Amino acid sequence: MTCRIGVITFPGTLDDVDAIRAVRYAGAEPVGLWHADDDLRGVDAVIVPGGFSYGDYLRAGAIAAHQPVLRAVRDAAGRGMPVLGICNGFQILCEAGLLPGALVRNAGLHFVCRDQRLRVETSATAWTGRYPAGAEIVVPLKSIEGRYVADSATLATLEGDGRVVFRYLDANPNGALYDIAGIASAEGRVVGLMPHPEHAIDSLTGPSSDGLDVFRSAVDAVLGAVRA
Amino acid sequence: MLPSCPVTSAEAIRFAQRATPLARAGSLAGVPRVVVDVVPKPEIFDPQGQAIVRALPRLGVRGVRDVRQGKHFELDVDDDVDAETLHRIAGELLANPVIEDWTVRRL
Repeated sequence: MTCRIGVITFPGTLDDVDAIRAVRYAGAEPVGLWHADDDLRGVDAVIVPGGFSYGDYLRAGAIAAHQPVLRAVRDAAGRGMPVLGICNGFQILCEAGLLPGALVRNAGLHFVCRDQRLRVETSATAWTGRYPAGAEIVVPLKSIEGRYVADSATLATLEGDGRVVFRYLDANPNGALYDIAGIASAEGRVVGLMPHPEHAIDSLTGPSSDGLDVFRSAVDAVLGAVRA
Repeated sequence: MLPSCPVTSAEAIRFAQRATPLARAGSLAGVPRVVVDVVPKPEIFDPQGQAIVRALPRLGVRGVRDVRQGKHFELDVDDDVDAETLHRIAGELLANPVIEDWTVRRL
């Protein structure tokens, strides 16, 4: 069977085209989803891509989190569907309550755009199964509301349960607590990260192809679930 | 043809009044106005507030030790919108309870 991965477009989304390309590179079939859709067209996994949904009005991700398609994503995630939020998508998943914590203004107040070294801390998620734990990768980071924060109890839970999925290496680019670049839900099916693996799937167009295994991992997770 | 873009605050107000004559009339007729103020929680680092603190000496101002930058919302609401609903609006949309505190006031 073919793995079908939905990519949501909101007004102001920018990175849906690259996310669709990454899905295709990973051997899956991309399915475009629109913010006003109230069903997910039978997809096996969903990507909430980056950009500036609704112009970042109110707070980054706040308006998108209440759109019909996010209600469908919330229901599907509750049934174990793999969901990935990248950059603004991560902000949206936090605003929607699918992931704990929040993303706030970078500590240095500057928009940061750089090729960022990261450590993949765990293989035990639907989106990182192809990486050995501790793998170091380079993918672009481009954000101004990228500083991950949460209360100390939440941080202790994330660290204690191995739910910090990606961590910044070298200088912390935005003041994120514990250098957190990405986290997972308790079951490891929902993952959010600020850097952009979909921009690093081919060394012709990105700093590396290190990000491609994020999407291949989801295909493995979907097809593995079918075989099981 | 579209009206020209307002460039001063007085022009902007006249522009808004032209654009929404019914809403303006409603306000004048005494529709309750609700104010929601949202500020970052004390433990959340507020770099925008810090930037303001650092800018104040350039105005020759001394003695301002801290600034917290927040948001101010004014809501024109019907009489039957109760306090519980207002707190839902504030806590589920206007503020993010993970990082922000809020107050709701009826004027």
